[in-house]
Amino acid sequence: MENPMVKTYIFKGNLGAKPGQFVNVWMPRVDEKPFSVAYCDDKEFWLTIAAVGPFTKKLHKDFVKGSKLGVRGPYGNGYTVLKNKHIVLLAGGYGAAPLYFLAHESVKNGCKVEFIVGAKNKDLLLYTEMISKMENVSLHIATDDGSVGMKGYNTLILEKLLAEQNGSSDGHGIAELFVATCGPEVMMKSAMDICEKADVPIEVSIERYMKCGTGVCGNCCVDGLGVPVCKKGPVMRGEMARKISGLAKWHRDNVGLKINW
Amino acid sequence: MTINFCGVTFPNPTVLASGILGVVGDSLKNVVINGAGGVTSKSVWLTRHDGHPGPVMMGTQNFYINAVGLPDGGIEKAREELKKYMEWNESQPEEKQVPLIGNIVAGSIKDFAEIAKGMRQIGPDIIEVNISCPNVEDEFGRPFAHCAISAGAATEIVKKNAGKIPVIVKLSPNVGNIGEIAKACEASGAEGLTVANTFGPGMVIDIDTAEPILANKVGGVSGPGIKPLAVKKVWDTASAVKIPIIGMGGVMTGRDVIEFMMAGASLVGIGAGVYYRGVEVFSSVVAEIEEWMVENKVANLQNIVGKALKK
Repeated sequence: MENPMVKTYIFKGNLGAKPGQFVNVWMPRVDEKPFSVAYCDDKEFWLTIAAVGPFTKKLHKDFVKGSKLGVRGPYGNGYTVLKNKHIVLLAGGYGAAPLYFLAHESVKNGCKVEFIVGAKNKDLLLYTEMISKMENVSLHIATDDGSVGMKGYNTLILEKLLAEQNGSSDGHGIAELFVATCGPEVMMKSAMDICEKADVPIEVSIERYMKCGTGVCGNCCVDGLGVPVCKKGPVMRGEMARKISGLAKWHRDNVGLKINW
Repeated sequence: MTINFCGVTFPNPTVLASGILGVVGDSLKNVVINGAGGVTSKSVWLTRHDGHPGPVMMGTQNFYINAVGLPDGGIEKAREELKKYMEWNESQPEEKQVPLIGNIVAGSIKDFAEIAKGMRQIGPDIIEVNISCPNVEDEFGRPFAHCAISAGAATEIVKKNAGKIPVIVKLSPNVGNIGEIAKACEASGAEGLTVANTFGPGMVIDIDTAEPILANKVGGVSGPGIKPLAVKKVWDTASAVKIPIIGMGGVMTGRDVIEFMMAGASLVGIGAGVYYRGVEVFSSVVAEIEEWMVENKVANLQNIVGKALKK
């Protein structure tokens, strides 16, 4: 239990997923939905799931320890895991889950990590306790209501960190920096703008209504690029994501109709 | 490698099958950039049609099974997306232009008239009528494609409302008399046939939970395993009618395309092939066809259509 709406489920087995990849979870006789992997090693993997729709609410209610779910995957491409770099992770809401996994793998590879998390209020923050205990990871918190951390958008912290880094002389100049983000598309878009201005590379994770997970059905194809996000994403470099028309403006529902974010 | 089909020029014989990567106009464009000689829209309904819950598909090395349930946003959504593709296509140099086939589906003869009118206004190069999806039934609860009279009636009403756009009909392979049904469509004005939709229905059961995997329990079977069955359906159809055929079913390679063409297909659809070889399957298959043509000194691909059949 992460907060009243969010639970983390731990599955036994070697999934072999990379940070940013996802799996399709099947509840027999109900439905099948995609979830990003929050942690994975050769013995277990975690899925952090918020009860937001009929499927996830039913999962929270009916799925108890020892019961069976179908899991297929991992699908998608995942974030780049760098070696011995200084990286900034920017998480909005549930986005903290896949970025926790990325932080874990990056630290293992000798990276120094700035982990920025943001949420509406302190009750909706995810993973902050675990992140604060990680070695070589500095946690930065922003909440919309200021109930914990800085009051305001988490992208302000990103801006501040990039500016500080620009003038720093710790051997990790801004040219060495790398940003990865996961969260609401509007937040990721402003992070892209900040990074473009600062000339820092960024990877974003694009969420779309997925069905097959294998680049066949076409439901998650994005305008502009025309590619299925389940296969050519969900992680994309900022330059690629910028070519999505309607980025941070619309996505599509289960029949392909546009919905504004 | 160009093929003339119903008076429309296709730069190569590979065609994206309906229901694959066809939700968004820019996705069709991406398929063309990856080498397809023609693209087919997903089946378009008059109004919004929700598909089945998941899982909607599953694939193994040998077969692919799906029951997506023909989800669609309706004709107005199709207008926006298909127009977007058509505008882009028209902006390309002529030799690079790739025809669009607009696939339509309806639950009744009356709705077939309306959706045909709607698709005519959008103006694709060809209209393909889906009478073979298991979700679409005539008054006796069978797909239109399972009865020569119903198949003919659906063809006739679409033809009447399609204006000058050539009309082709997508048949079901799950009948014992595909030749008879093909003839009924031909007599009712069809200018071509697509042979065929998925086989089945089939079922896969997860033995850990003892549950059918597809939410719809049953689904249409495609993929490598059905190829010999599909080749035979094309052969039977080509033996029965004079109108040209788009053959499909388990096409993975350039050699598969040649095989379908020799059985009587002028164009060859690729659907599940995208699952096995990615969207890049089109350019790979085209390169494999070219290689075969050079090896076998075939200058005009059109000459091999029905070559096995005519012997």
